[in-house]
Amino acid sequence: MPEFAPDPMTLAILLPLFGAIAAFLAPRAAPLIGLGAVGAMAAAIAAVGHAVAQAGTVTVPLGGWGAPLGIELRADGLALAMLGLTALIALAVGLGALSAFAGEAPADGQPMPRQRAFFWPLCLLLLTGMNGVYLSADLFNLYVMLEVISLAAVGLAVLGGTVAALRAGLAYMYASLLGALMVLLGVGFVYLQTGRLDFAGLAGAQGSPALSAAFALMLVGLALKAALFPLHFWLPEAHANATAPASALLSALVVKAGLYILLRLAEAGPFPGEAILTLLGVLGTGAVLWGGVQALRAERLKLLVAWSTVAQIGLIFVALARAGTEGLSDSWRAAALLILAHAVAKAGMFLAAGRIKDVIGHDRISELDRSAVRPALAQLAFALAAISLIGLPPSLGFIGKWSLMEGAMGAGNWHWIAVTMAGTLLSVAYFSRALTGFLRFDRVRAPLDEHRGWALADAPPVVLAGLAVGLGLAAGPILAVLDLGRPFGVTP
Amino acid sequence: MIDMPLLPLIILLTSLGAAPVLLALPERSARLRTGLNLAVAAVKVALVIWLAWKAAHGVVYDLRLSVLPGLDLHLQADPLALMFVALSAVLWLVTTIYSVGYLERGPHRARFFGFFSLCVAATVGIAMAGNLFTFLVFYELLTLATYPLVIHRGTAAALRAGRIYLIYTLAGGLALLLGTLALWGLAGTTDFVPGGVMAEVAAERPGAAQALFVLLIAALGVKAALVPVHGWLPIAMVAPAPVSALLHAVAVVKAGAFGIVRVVYEVFGIDLAQGLGVTGPLIAVAAVTIIYGSLRAMAQDDIKARLAYSTVSQVSYITLGVALASPVAAIGALAHLIHQGVMKITMFMAAGNLAEGLGVKKVSQMDGVGRAMPGTMAAFTLAALAMIGLPPFAGFISKWYLAQGGIAAGQDWVIALLLGSSLLNAAYFLPLLHRAWFRDATPEAANAPARRKISLWLAAPPMITAGFVLVIGVLANAPFSPLEWTRFIVTREFNGGL
Repeated sequence: MPEFAPDPMTLAILLPLFGAIAAFLAPRAAPLIGLGAVGAMAAAIAAVGHAVAQAGTVTVPLGGWGAPLGIELRADGLALAMLGLTALIALAVGLGALSAFAGEAPADGQPMPRQRAFFWPLCLLLLTGMNGVYLSADLFNLYVMLEVISLAAVGLAVLGGTVAALRAGLAYMYASLLGALMVLLGVGFVYLQTGRLDFAGLAGAQGSPALSAAFALMLVGLALKAALFPLHFWLPEAHANATAPASALLSALVVKAGLYILLRLAEAGPFPGEAILTLLGVLGTGAVLWGGVQALRAERLKLLVAWSTVAQIGLIFVALARAGTEGLSDSWRAAALLILAHAVAKAGMFLAAGRIKDVIGHDRISELDRSAVRPALAQLAFALAAISLIGLPPSLGFIGKWSLMEGAMGAGNWHWIAVTMAGTLLSVAYFSRALTGFLRFDRVRAPLDEHRGWALADAPPVVLAGLAVGLGLAAGPILAVLDLGRPFGVTP
Repeated sequence: MIDMPLLPLIILLTSLGAAPVLLALPERSARLRTGLNLAVAAVKVALVIWLAWKAAHGVVYDLRLSVLPGLDLHLQADPLALMFVALSAVLWLVTTIYSVGYLERGPHRARFFGFFSLCVAATVGIAMAGNLFTFLVFYELLTLATYPLVIHRGTAAALRAGRIYLIYTLAGGLALLLGTLALWGLAGTTDFVPGGVMAEVAAERPGAAQALFVLLIAALGVKAALVPVHGWLPIAMVAPAPVSALLHAVAVVKAGAFGIVRVVYEVFGIDLAQGLGVTGPLIAVAAVTIIYGSLRAMAQDDIKARLAYSTVSQVSYITLGVALASPVAAIGALAHLIHQGVMKITMFMAAGNLAEGLGVKKVSQMDGVGRAMPGTMAAFTLAALAMIGLPPFAGFISKWYLAQGGIAAGQDWVIALLLGSSLLNAAYFLPLLHRAWFRDATPEAANAPARRKISLWLAAPPMITAGFVLVIGVLANAPFSPLEWTRFIVTREFNGGL
């Protein structure tokens, strides 16, 4: 029997899993268990970070089985950045959730309301899946973790319990299962063709039509999971109708799992032919335009934010395609920056939108400029997040867009620059619908305490949105972390 | 004196750091807000004086923060930057005093002063930007910070003006982003270097260099209100008077004009720009803008609209002087950057006083206002005469050097242009002065209920800036005067070519 040595990568996956089980068994202590588990997970991730900073790439064979058949965990700069991001967002969303669900504390003897009882187990299960995806070094493991994420994500989406949420959640579940099925089929074909499932083995595999078909299947499955236009149909309703902390997790993290695996496949496989890459860019363009137009038409704030996710995901695909196969070894950096930027800003924005809805009592955009109480800090957070999502300097979103356009220009692909510009203009247009309302805000006279417009719950969105803007100044160190262990084999 | 390597950053942070505090202050803490505003503005002026003193003794400040490989946020305090920083710091102090009086008991003061402060921080960043990338960062910040000020009143007209303003400036911002990217791609640097960084590119790909020049000037021309992208400026004058004053004198139009100076002198280099044949069209655009703005100004009955079109015209003097490619003209251009700011801010604050004190907003209502508000109108008159170009005031100095520069550049027609423009200036300003001083107020105007006595907060600032107009004209040759400082700058830009 192999000696069990708790290495930090295993812990980063197991700690939230144990937390999920504990929180499920003891719902009254769930918030405490949840925050504790997230904190412990963050410590494990810090240890992973230490190891990666020392060695570049770190691998751990699980249960003593190594490559090519066994399960192996691997961390490099890209994985580390995503782990850190996930811990940060989980912590902020968790703190936000404390107050979002606080009003529902039951009297003694009563059962816990569903939201309070199930949020933490689902959130922690989601974290298990996310960390698992980042650290997996083989396709089968990735598939399993994707399923874990799907389970947790669908649960989070329907947590609100409204009819709209349930209906959207059902569509989400079908889409998610279909996507996972396609990935599984793809994984099976890859195994039949090559006899291996680890990334290192795939990189050396002989290309063949069957292998290409397998990758194509996985690609479609992942595009469905990442909500790439026109496979985005499930996203807006699911994200808009979930409760705010759940929306933040779904939009900031869950869709990124598909994107992350795509990045890994781009590194490992023979998949990204020029034609496929261009196709991804074209679909991304469709997402940027269609998502933007739909966000312009949305009547509710959270729906607007959800449609902006569709558009922003599209932009990440454009980033991947910006310089063709020649420049792919650099394009992933732009895509990774945009993934990070979008995650931080969108988590902040959904939390802020949730706070605005809680304080004002609704989220109809046309009536957001009048209420008895002004959610000033939430409005500030929303505005800061919008600055990063629009891509105004010096935000992290700006740095991502700059990298995108820089590479596109270097390769002479002016059309991708035009797409980015169009997306920027659209995002200004749809976000300013909400922001103008904040600026012309009129307090409706009502005998209410002036200070109810802000609360401790405003801190997480403000911090996240502030980071989304401020991290642009730290783009240098962020890039340095991403390049640890050279995830794409090329030094910058 | 002790050395302070972070001095430029500290100057930037004074107003940048004050902004969130001002935004967070409760609406009712008026005294605290006023105190903080004035304290920060005064500290800033003191710091700028310190910086200027160090710079005059040869200390070059240079701060960099790497953002992407090879791409830095770069603050530098070169003489050109200092000139613009000094202008914004001094005029911010004056406008802050004015705003306190203007917005007394008005709504949304916390927001107003917060964004006002942010707007000045952006201007300082634009001034001290050491490369086009940094310039872009603050250029966009300026757009964001001024939008809430333009729509401050929240009326339908204000919101419409804000929308138009945003469309123009964000389109300009995107063009500048594209231009910055292109510069980065072509030249491998976005640094501002006297003499420019485009020499190699222009030798290999002159077409690309010309296209880049056009793109950058078009992007900056939006804020500098060059015809045909000037349309937002007259519409944006629905903003409160102190905002218009700041927008027209320091912040927005000057940011554009200042950017043009940087691009022509320190991205391309004036010799190269001339060699590429792009200065000729720029001169033409500037000349058209000068005449067009003046002609439109004459047709306006609204005082602020007339002043706005006058700005369109006057700011193009700067572009004209820059493009003429003669050191003497450059002196005129840079001196005008200062002079126009001081003159125009005086006029906008005076116009604001007329509206506040007498309810007078149109030229046709100005009969006899000189007797009702002698101090304000004296300030307005002084600035108007200077703007027309009467010696010994500031505007004369600018025009004199521009004309000299035109001759030196072999473009003698510039004299005719300047004479024509001065005549037009006279044609749209003198009737105001005539009505104010030589006509009697109509009986109904004299008894209008809108009349009220304005506070010292409002009355003093235009008189102070009018004093500046007089002093910088009369003492143009004294050390540290704007003119002397621009001579120093131009010597540097033209590599001692004087």
